Amino acid sequence: MLHIVNKSASERSSLDSCLRMATKGSAVLLIEDAVYAATKGNPAESKIRAAGESLKVYVLGPDLAARGMSGRVLDGVSVVDYGGFVDLVTEHRNCQSWL
Amino acid sequence: MSEMEMEDDGSGIVKKFMFLNRKAPHGTVYALEGLEVVLITAAFDQDVSLVFTDDGVYQLVKGVDTKGIEVKDFSKTYRALEGYDIEKLYVDQASLDARGLTADDLIVDVNVLSVDEMANLMAEQDVVISF
Amino acid sequence: MQIGILVNEGPYTHEASDSAYLFARTAIEKGHKVPRVFFYHDGVNNSNRLAEPPQDDRNVSARWSKLAEEHGIDLVVCVAAALRRGIKDEILAPGFRISGLGQLVEMGIQFDRLVTFGD
Repeated sequence: MLHIVNKSASERSSLDSCLRMATKGSAVLLIEDAVYAATKGNPAESKIRAAGESLKVYVLGPDLAARGMSGRVLDGVSVVDYGGFVDLVTEHRNCQSWL
Repeated sequence: MSEMEMEDDGSGIVKKFMFLNRKAPHGTVYALEGLEVVLITAAFDQDVSLVFTDDGVYQLVKGVDTKGIEVKDFSKTYRALEGYDIEKLYVDQASLDARGLTADDLIVDVNVLSVDEMANLMAEQDVVISF
Repeated sequence: MQIGILVNEGPYTHEASDSAYLFARTAIEKGHKVPRVFFYHDGVNNSNRLAEPPQDDRNVSARWSKLAEEHGIDLVVCVAAALRRGIKDEILAPGFRISGLGQLVEMGIQFDRLVTFGD
């Protein structure tokens, strides 16, 4: 399954809930304000690093760039553009948005 | 409601639909308008599951009285779902525990799942609609 | 693939509509079909043709109309959510139409994927 999270982990618990429920091997895509979770030094850094052990974590590049965060992406998180976002949706049998 | 007179889409396709409710009622509109989608879906003979997790469990709490805030009380609608053949309501234990609630506090019978059970339920859905 | 999109939030206040639009446009560029976009909750406000954003900023409703016209996308605004928020036929931007929640359910049944953008 592709899990899409769009709110900052410091604003909303949706990332926590997603990481709790995502089954091993699932993909998590961070978009909009959730992209901060994929950056060095952010409050959710250790959660994202730990998640990377059983999940594939992606972050939407255009949303990172819009927030001046492009140079701060955590190792192990894959940056995708909107084309990559579309591919993630089509490559996974189902998707779920954590709002 | 004229919506309910609609037939299914005629294709014969049956998919697993999950409605994901994670927000408390009244502070935002999502609980009420989410429920409206579920009621419409009943006419389409799909395999429907309603999941309440995080603050979504608060939607099901009994003893609601909305007179003081002068809004529609839609909590009883959860009890009417059974009449529409929407019977698969799921709540996760951890969300109840974290809020000091038990299944007895809820207005309808629900299936209480562990995190792993809920995760597996989500993973097997065809369509997930989040509010 | 046929990909359906659900937009739960209105223009400007949330990024949801922007994300949905960019996703839809890119999906089409990659050769997929986006036959319908359904607007629910405050998402119905994306259909308002009376919006006048500043000239140097994107016009969210107009660009949905343009994308719909260029690629045959059915932009559906939920009747119940629209009535609550005062969205009526006379203020709809081109390409938008008001219809029932059944149109959303049909997307789930008939399309290969359904992606939700919201708050």
